[in-house]
Amino acid sequence: MKKNERPSVSFRDDYPLFRPEMKRDHIILAPDMLPWHFDLLTYLLSQEGYHVEILHNEGRRVIDEGLKHVHNDTCYPALCVIGQYLDALKSGKYDVDKTAVLITQTGGGCRASNYLPLIRKAMRAEFPNVPVISLNFSGLEKNSGLSMGIKLIAKFGYAIFYGDLIMTCFNRTKPYEVREGDCAKVRSALTEEIKHVFDGRGYKRLTKIASRILEAFAAVPVTGEKKVKVGIVGEIYVKYSPLGNSHLEDFLLSEGCEPVVPALMDFILYCIVNNLNDAKLYGRRGISTPIFRFAYHWLYKKQKKLSACMEAHGFEPMHDFEELRRLADEVISQGVKMGEGWLIPAEMAALAQSGTENIVCAQPFGCLPNHIAGKGAARRVKQLCPNANIVAVDFDPSASRVNQENRIKLMLATARENMAEKKKEG
Amino acid sequence: MGKLLGIDVGSTTVKLCLLGEEGEILYSSYERHFSRVKECVLSELEKVKSFGGVFRVAVTGSAGLGLAERAHLDFVQEVQAAYTAIRKLYPDVDAAVELGGEDAKIIFVTGGTEQRMNGSCAGGTGAFIDQMATLLDVSVADMDALSLTAERVYPIASRCGVFAKSDIQPLLNQGAKKSDIAASIFRAVVDQTVSGLAQGRRIKGKVLFLGGPLYFLKGLRKAFQEILKLDDEHAVFPETAPCFMAIGAAMSAAGGREESIDEIASRILAVKDDGNITVGRPLFASREEYEAFIRRHMQSDLQFENIMTYEGDAYLGVDSGSTTTKLILITPDNKILYSHYQSNNGQPLEIVVSRLKEIYQLMGGRVVIRGACVTGYGEDMMKAALKLDFGIVETMAHFKAALYFNPDVDFIIDIGGQDIKCFKVKNGAIDSIMLNEACSSGCGSFIQTFAKAMGMEIDEFSRLGLFAKRPVELGSRCTVFMNSSVKQAQKEGASVEDISAGLSSSIVKNAIYKVIRARSPEELGSHIVVQGGTFLNDAVLRSFEIETGKEVVRPAIAGLMGAFGAALYAKENTKDDTIISDMVSPSELERFSYDSKSTTCRGCTSRCSINILTFSDGRRFISGNKCERGAGLKAPTHPLDLYAYKYERLLALPEPVEKPRARVGLPMQLVMFEQLPLWVGFFEACGFEVVLSDRSSRELYFRGQHTVASDTACYPAKLMHGHIESLLDRGVDFIFYPCESYNFDEHDSVNHYNCPVVAYYPELLKANNERLSPENFITPYLDPNSEQKTVRTLVRALGRFGLSHALVKRAFRAGLEKLGAYHAAVVEEGKRVMAEAERLGKQVVVLAGRPYHADPEINHGINKLLCSLGFAVLSEDAVFEEAPVVEVNVLNQWTYHARLYRAAELCTRRRELNLVQLVSFGCGIDAITTDEVRAILEKCGKLYTQIKIDEINNLGVVKIRLRSMLAAIEEQARRDAR
Repeated sequence: MKKNERPSVSFRDDYPLFRPEMKRDHIILAPDMLPWHFDLLTYLLSQEGYHVEILHNEGRRVIDEGLKHVHNDTCYPALCVIGQYLDALKSGKYDVDKTAVLITQTGGGCRASNYLPLIRKAMRAEFPNVPVISLNFSGLEKNSGLSMGIKLIAKFGYAIFYGDLIMTCFNRTKPYEVREGDCAKVRSALTEEIKHVFDGRGYKRLTKIASRILEAFAAVPVTGEKKVKVGIVGEIYVKYSPLGNSHLEDFLLSEGCEPVVPALMDFILYCIVNNLNDAKLYGRRGISTPIFRFAYHWLYKKQKKLSACMEAHGFEPMHDFEELRRLADEVISQGVKMGEGWLIPAEMAALAQSGTENIVCAQPFGCLPNHIAGKGAARRVKQLCPNANIVAVDFDPSASRVNQENRIKLMLATARENMAEKKKEG
Repeated sequence: MGKLLGIDVGSTTVKLCLLGEEGEILYSSYERHFSRVKECVLSELEKVKSFGGVFRVAVTGSAGLGLAERAHLDFVQEVQAAYTAIRKLYPDVDAAVELGGEDAKIIFVTGGTEQRMNGSCAGGTGAFIDQMATLLDVSVADMDALSLTAERVYPIASRCGVFAKSDIQPLLNQGAKKSDIAASIFRAVVDQTVSGLAQGRRIKGKVLFLGGPLYFLKGLRKAFQEILKLDDEHAVFPETAPCFMAIGAAMSAAGGREESIDEIASRILAVKDDGNITVGRPLFASREEYEAFIRRHMQSDLQFENIMTYEGDAYLGVDSGSTTTKLILITPDNKILYSHYQSNNGQPLEIVVSRLKEIYQLMGGRVVIRGACVTGYGEDMMKAALKLDFGIVETMAHFKAALYFNPDVDFIIDIGGQDIKCFKVKNGAIDSIMLNEACSSGCGSFIQTFAKAMGMEIDEFSRLGLFAKRPVELGSRCTVFMNSSVKQAQKEGASVEDISAGLSSSIVKNAIYKVIRARSPEELGSHIVVQGGTFLNDAVLRSFEIETGKEVVRPAIAGLMGAFGAALYAKENTKDDTIISDMVSPSELERFSYDSKSTTCRGCTSRCSINILTFSDGRRFISGNKCERGAGLKAPTHPLDLYAYKYERLLALPEPVEKPRARVGLPMQLVMFEQLPLWVGFFEACGFEVVLSDRSSRELYFRGQHTVASDTACYPAKLMHGHIESLLDRGVDFIFYPCESYNFDEHDSVNHYNCPVVAYYPELLKANNERLSPENFITPYLDPNSEQKTVRTLVRALGRFGLSHALVKRAFRAGLEKLGAYHAAVVEEGKRVMAEAERLGKQVVVLAGRPYHADPEINHGINKLLCSLGFAVLSEDAVFEEAPVVEVNVLNQWTYHARLYRAAELCTRRRELNLVQLVSFGCGIDAITTDEVRAILEKCGKLYTQIKIDEINNLGVVKIRLRSMLAAIEEQARRDAR
């Protein structure tokens, strides 16, 4: 990170920074990235005095705005996010002099950390007064980021656990609910309820809150039929965002499947562990290494606790992160750390080994890390888990839904056949 | 039990199959539906009705999906349908390949069942073959017959129809034989199936071939058999191939309910459009609006002069374009004596010859042609064949013509059959040029191909769009994607009119947002001239005006602007009116004939495919060569070319080692182009013999193609598979290929990553090449910045050789020293080239890309081309250290890319330095760097030129781009001198 002695020349354009006092009167727009978690996370930010609003705008206009401002070969998520921002800012709903936009950065070696400069370029062309705020833990954008205290970071950790649990329980119960809409009701009631545990100190009582969630979903009457389970892995944005993956979860539900979406916390742990792996593989130790180690162990212990709680309530626990790491080394290597890297094949293997053999690997068209860790590793996953039934689906502004759905349907046809065969055998 | 009916509704055809109670085929059919899906299915059902009784029905196919859903009929995915039928009818096959209209599928039956479809970016399908036949101007059946008489096969990019086109077009224009091209097209389809679908799995054993194209096309069958090495016993081409999926669907229908045909038909009839498509506004609100529009554009026209009566001087302009040929003959006061616009039909030279004959006849001795000028793809060939006086690069020709119509012009956009060209004009000279890339070429020929697919002529088809009420939004990416958007729109019930208008608008959007990359219409300027044959289409013109919100000038000769510009150039450059053009005389023309021969140049190791035209008077014209040698000239002994220098110097690194411990193979691709000296130095110091993989070539690529897992990865990565195969074939003891998240820290960026592909490609190879094992493929994770850790890792990774820690440390240092020496030599050579260029007064191009772009198979000899155009060529790694650290708008975190920014900065400070950026297709990171490098250069008034490279080798387009750059540089220099 040191710079040469030589003078530097700047080709940087001026851009507005998000200054601390803007907190008071600016509305911060957030992309529709993590529908299961952002409700909670933005509530936490609002407790800190930020006015955050999650965007839900969709449709051709969003994509067209994105296309206008993003290079053809840039990843689809950047296009979706930028499209959503511009479409929203042009809607007239916001005072563009009092609005900022928010984006996450991981600082990894793929393009994702460059979404922020791309958004900034787009804003410069259309809304030059709108500052872009970075949400990151890698020390990037120090002068235009959100200041995150240790307490807020811890709260984020809890919120992600709760969001993961609601998502998992919902996905497991929804396909079987007897009364249409029961699960959705439970979901929104729980999200509201859990927001408020963060008002006091109650949010730290992981087991208690988890039990509350588990019991609420366990109380939903279900049919008890057997449905095809389909796992969703892949690039983080298209994995979770309905805008990015053309409502993949809804599509799977409409096809009579149970979508299985791995936890966001696994991605967080993956990012943390990569720092530890850098120390191990390359001897890259820094002052932050012990902090990452502490954070990892702290979160992993919580994950264990959550799993125990799920088991106690008769729910199959989510993936165990140490197990994911072990699987990663079997399929690829934990060294593959750019983008979603080794997490993708690890999740594929973990899904296949825990009864979800059918997997959609969702990626933006031309996603670089996915060449290696997605499509590139599928063969190895199949060697390891011969029952795995994987389809890689590219998401792109112009890929038609027919094309995507037809491929997923092919995977589902195989899945149904496998299930029928198993029934015959068993 | 009733009869079983299977309906397969594909992207282009409807297939029907009726099975009797014993499973026997009672009826089957195969019909093109021309996008009228419902009507076609209903008329087919009518035919089945006569069999009487009740039926169980199932629908399959990509276009059947929506139909089945809305008619509440059972749907079965088509690959699944095929699989069902295979198991019943051909239980002994090992694999099946099915090619349909727009999908390709593969089913592995034995050894782990697996079913695959092509990804979203894939061309080798029936529609692709149709498109190629259109390009060759033959029917598909004729193309098939031609292919059987082929003598040679050209490499043609198979990934996508757009790419293949840009491979084929130059071949056609160079006079390559249609039969050879036809065979090459089929070969490309097979390659696509092998690499895109099989992805690392070999297609072997008994293979079943299904689908229409594989049933009807013998040449395609032959190509599959040859490449997969299948004898007649192992390649099965069933009689039922075209409707095989329908049979499978029928078999899958067994569990459904029984109905009469009338019941089924009534349900299909009741299917309504669900209006679930996005529509734009109509092009014209009313007839009046349309008529006003037409009147306005009538104003930009040239006057005519009657060639039958005219006496005096004339100037000839020829535009030999990629798909069309244009001629124009003008008087000294710019009146049109004669003009012609015609599709090439693959024989541009014949067309010009016959038109010239006509012109000579019409002139009747009264007219004297003083000067003749040619432009376009075929410029060199036409100039040589017909001895025309001048040749100019087409961008200049178009600019000249546009200036004539609007002297204030500040923006020109030309959409032709294959190309989109845009120029910004400042101070009366071209300021920047934007040309479309292979992957955004939604151009005129696409509409044409599509019109033909709908069974219409282009004029008729585009006229339909003018008054469409609800033009559909079709996206603006590439033609392949547009195809599937069209499919989607059809599924949703959009009319031909709406699709026609939608296509026009998507071509315009593609040009504005993707080629020009304009963020707002204001960027385009205020005096816009539009031209090119595609703009003669009023729907396209109107879409352009709507999208930009501006009234533009479209000359009535929009399609002839290149030729007109050429004629103007001839006029301007003919010094006085006593000169008579040197072009072929009427008598010479009568005797004119030529012979075309294709061969391989043996001038150097590049082995370019060249084409030799021999004219009746004995002169020869050679094309396809990349350097002077191919044209039979002598190459300079010390070329001012750092790319050639680097490549040869790297390959010469390994030295013989006495009694080596073992032989280690290093794959010459990706990271090795940077770090080879390090690892050669390291291994030789450890007492290993270093073996390099074969030089890259298309053949080498094919050798590893079956292990390529992701066909949208960059070409350098895909070539790596061949390098690995070549090392395995050489029997090395092991291959060494490290994984490196981080590259060397050059202290000029926030971080110093490698790109994900460079960093982790060994993992992909490991997972997809069965011949690799932990014993013969050593891929440690290294950070070359950390000696301590790297040494320890290497000791462990090479554990079986028992190397001591001290030895490894010494060797690693020796390697670093060698690497340092190599870099110093590159910088030194860069200085020599620069000094030499200065002495000779040459312009210098910094060809900026990645280290591995030095591979001639990757850069396709662009460095040589630049040299032959009179440039000296430098590389980014030879010069970046002279520049200061650069701060850019984007996150600067990759080592190689930080060099680009600095190289660009250097170019802004030296008048004689120009930058050409080489970009690999599919390089996601360059999607970020290109805009940034452009911004750096343009901020300082320098031209930015980008060349996208892939497996395709289309130097024709590159040449136009580089010559345009040269012309603009010269223009700029002239202006500065004034």
